[in-house]
Amino acid sequence: MKGVVYAMWLRQLKRYWRSKERMIGTLAQPVLFLVALGFGFGPIFQKAGGGDYMQFLAPGIIAMSILFTSMFTGIEVIWDRQFGFLKETLVAPVPRTHIMIGRTLGGATVGVLQGTAIGIICLFFGFKITNMHYIPLALVFMFLTAVMFTALGTAIASRLQDMHAFPIIMNFLIMPLFFLSGALFPLEGLPKAVEFVARIDPFSYCVDGIRGTLNGSVHIGLATDFAVVAAATVIVLAVGSYLFSTIEI
Amino acid sequence: MNNKDEAVISVKGLTKKFGDFTAVNNISFDVEHGRIFAFLGPNGAGKTTTIKMLTTLLSPTKGRIRVNSYDPMHEKDEVRRSFGIVFQDPSLDDELTAYENMEFHAILYHVPKNIIKQRITHLLNFVGLWERRKDQVKTFSGGMKRRLEVARGLVHHPKILFLDEPTLGLDPQTRNSVWEYLKKLNKEEEMTIFFTTHYMEEAERVADMIVVIDHGKIIKTGTSKELKKETKTSSLEDAFLKLTGRKIRDENATSLDRMRLRSRVWRR
Repeated sequence: MKGVVYAMWLRQLKRYWRSKERMIGTLAQPVLFLVALGFGFGPIFQKAGGGDYMQFLAPGIIAMSILFTSMFTGIEVIWDRQFGFLKETLVAPVPRTHIMIGRTLGGATVGVLQGTAIGIICLFFGFKITNMHYIPLALVFMFLTAVMFTALGTAIASRLQDMHAFPIIMNFLIMPLFFLSGALFPLEGLPKAVEFVARIDPFSYCVDGIRGTLNGSVHIGLATDFAVVAAATVIVLAVGSYLFSTIEI
Repeated sequence: MNNKDEAVISVKGLTKKFGDFTAVNNISFDVEHGRIFAFLGPNGAGKTTTIKMLTTLLSPTKGRIRVNSYDPMHEKDEVRRSFGIVFQDPSLDDELTAYENMEFHAILYHVPKNIIKQRITHLLNFVGLWERRKDQVKTFSGGMKRRLEVARGLVHHPKILFLDEPTLGLDPQTRNSVWEYLKKLNKEEEMTIFFTTHYMEEAERVADMIVVIDHGKIIKTGTSKELKKETKTSSLEDAFLKLTGRKIRDENATSLDRMRLRSRVWRR
């Protein structure tokens, strides 16, 4: 099992490393969000008594970059299907679960690398990590987030034949997950409906966990965050493995 | 262990429907252990669909399949351990190098570490791609990709090797040396070879057994000699034309794929 998972993991990393365009492209978007929103809303946020907006926003943007990168790497299964490589892995004499796990770990590693890169960029924009001891825990949250959404992308892609449905996934899944999560705004004092949606959005717990570990401001609570994120990751991984293992070509 | 004459692939009443369209219609055949078996038919006859069902990529609508005495529907892992395959359409990772594609396959198929390097080196030399081993596959021409895929299919030595139009787009030199190699494997390792091709002289030369399929149905089974005798023709190509007619088929893989896609979209 180790060999196959490792081979699949390595392949995902090689693909990421070899396509510098993709790497730069996926870094550019979070940085744009950081600059435009961070500096744009900063003064108002301050006036409203929210404190330093950059400090609040940066963890949200780190989480966002993980969400997007991981989802896209997961959805890459569709490309593999179209370019035919998927078949090669599907007829191999190894359990498809192992292929799925290797692929997911590869995508998740890419997501964490991307998130870390954004984190470092954030430091240059004035973001301060308040407690260095929590960094390992922050990485755990980042990793679980990355696994969850790579697996989710893989699960969805397992049931799609081509990229036509991609805008639907983007607008009806990825964007709502992101915008309604508290990545950009505090979850305090929201209208009931929005608060409810934020509460059932698993990504909210990812954001809260990453923010809480990096700058100490938690809204939900780290223990709850961890429990929800871990549980959601396990569920998505299980469903994704099942869907992936029943792919027909 | 199987002996010669024992069926290593056995198909009974196999049917596959995509919506209203019947791609494979109630076919039955046996492939004996250690044989070279040709599965011939015009475009859209149902060859690739059959191979997909034999290799666990597609579930049949009806019928019974045994591959190496396992059921591809319920004993997928056992079946997958029994065969290797060279697909009709591309299945390489374009962003990996030639060597990495070979290595990946070797790991996937549990080729022992100590022979991986030697076998890949041998095969890449064999298909004339050794010099290009460090180049990403996306820089390769169509013919080079095909050669790499054939070489990759031979990295491990399975009990049954499926080849779906393996020599498509290869020049006669490569085609000949590939078949020499395959015949050697067939002899020395008693590897059963199940292949499709549109080159009739190729089938005539290498196949121990031929099945001709058209419109999803088997229309003839026999050796090349028997087929020629029954149709009173002098070459397999003529026999094939007599059996399947001269009409050029308008259906092709893509329209079939599209149909399948549509039926799937509606079902899910």
